[in-house]
Amino acid sequence: MDRASLRTLVIDSLRKIAPEVEESALRDDRPLRDEIDLDSMDWLNFIIGLHERLQVDIPEADYRQLVSLNAVLDYLAARMHDGPPSAPPPDSEP
Amino acid sequence: MIEFKLPSLGADMDEGKLLEWKIHPGDTVKRGDIVAIVDTAKAAVDVESWVDGTVQQLLIDIGDKVPVGTPIALLRAPGEAADSAAPPAKSAERRRISPAARKRAGELGVDLVSLSGSGPEGAITLQDVEAKAAATTAPAADRGAEMRRAIAAAMSRSKREIPHYYLADTIPLRAALAWLERRNAELPVTERLLPAVLLLKAVALATRRYPEINGHWLDGTFRAAPAAHLGVAISLRQGGLIAPALHNVAAKPLAVLMRELADLVQRARAGSLRSSEMADPTLTVTNLGEQGSESVFGVIYPPQVALVGFGKVMERPWVEQGQCVAMPSVTTSLSGDHRASDGHRGALFLAEIRQLLQQPDAL
Repeated sequence: MDRASLRTLVIDSLRKIAPEVEESALRDDRPLRDEIDLDSMDWLNFIIGLHERLQVDIPEADYRQLVSLNAVLDYLAARMHDGPPSAPPPDSEP
Repeated sequence: MIEFKLPSLGADMDEGKLLEWKIHPGDTVKRGDIVAIVDTAKAAVDVESWVDGTVQQLLIDIGDKVPVGTPIALLRAPGEAADSAAPPAKSAERRRISPAARKRAGELGVDLVSLSGSGPEGAITLQDVEAKAAATTAPAADRGAEMRRAIAAAMSRSKREIPHYYLADTIPLRAALAWLERRNAELPVTERLLPAVLLLKAVALATRRYPEINGHWLDGTFRAAPAAHLGVAISLRQGGLIAPALHNVAAKPLAVLMRELADLVQRARAGSLRSSEMADPTLTVTNLGEQGSESVFGVIYPPQVALVGFGKVMERPWVEQGQCVAMPSVTTSLSGDHRASDGHRGALFLAEIRQLLQQPDAL
């Protein structure tokens, strides 16, 4: 998946939680949780949404890396490429 | 014959508009079944039956706005024979209806059984069908403004009637958060717990020792509640606030509470709650979460007698065995109704919450 498609998917996941999100108004380098008013339940639902769409299970310990939309995209791209950070990739990993 | 009245929908909601009947004459209804959907200033509420019975007659029509307590249906108690003296149940088949109206009702999904006609001999006309369809589908005129008015009424009443006292305690959360982190690391993302669930459970358990915090002030006297149904303050994205009940919190495991909380938040934001959730919170908890302020001193939601507030969980300088350390902690507040409890007992209640949160595996 290229970055543009990944970005669309991430924004779509955000919009499931915060329907008011406008793609054009979102600044990719700003703190995501300042750009969008997300409480801890919203954030968990966002993480669950990414898990369901991309089969990427993001450990809580990694939340602090996900500061901006850019950081989320970097993180997801690396995880989809490399598999889980501390576990061997499953056999089915492309 | 049982008069089924529109139940209470919370202190700040005194009327509701019927959006949809979920029952028809002749249906069997069990306690807890949804009988109707009623629109209020804050949400579309699924009205639950509090009795078992058989529907004899529906007394109001879709689009009607009625005060809480108005009889909206007649039910026969189990074993009670159909009352032949009662007005016959409405039946679409036996009623006059113009072919155009029947066709339009089919197109618009309007239920003819619950419709009253304005034509000759009560015949249902095309206009009747279209009026009902419009009443059913039209959004509340301005939900935001209505909700503001409802909140204004309840909060003004609270500050007029309830002599509030306020207490606060900063509670260390190192043990609770470490336990949560270990637990969540072992589980798939869909089963992770939020700190809020631990806080809610601790509050509910603490009410067992301090029952004067949990209940209602009614008719000049305090009535303790038999269980802790915590009203969870949920902010809505479009503005406004709603605090529906999470039921029997003290009795439920954390994993169950987490699922129910997620469901409650999702439904509150989608504007779909149940009448019991609106009517029976016994103690409200407001949790500002990670993005909020350090502390909150809430306004009690009448007729409840207390509100527990949690500020943002954050690291604070903390003296421990003579050393200053960085301690994750939360400022916990109690707004208490001085008619029902005193500051001393309130302080003990907060101390109990603190104690419970130091042993998270026992929650």
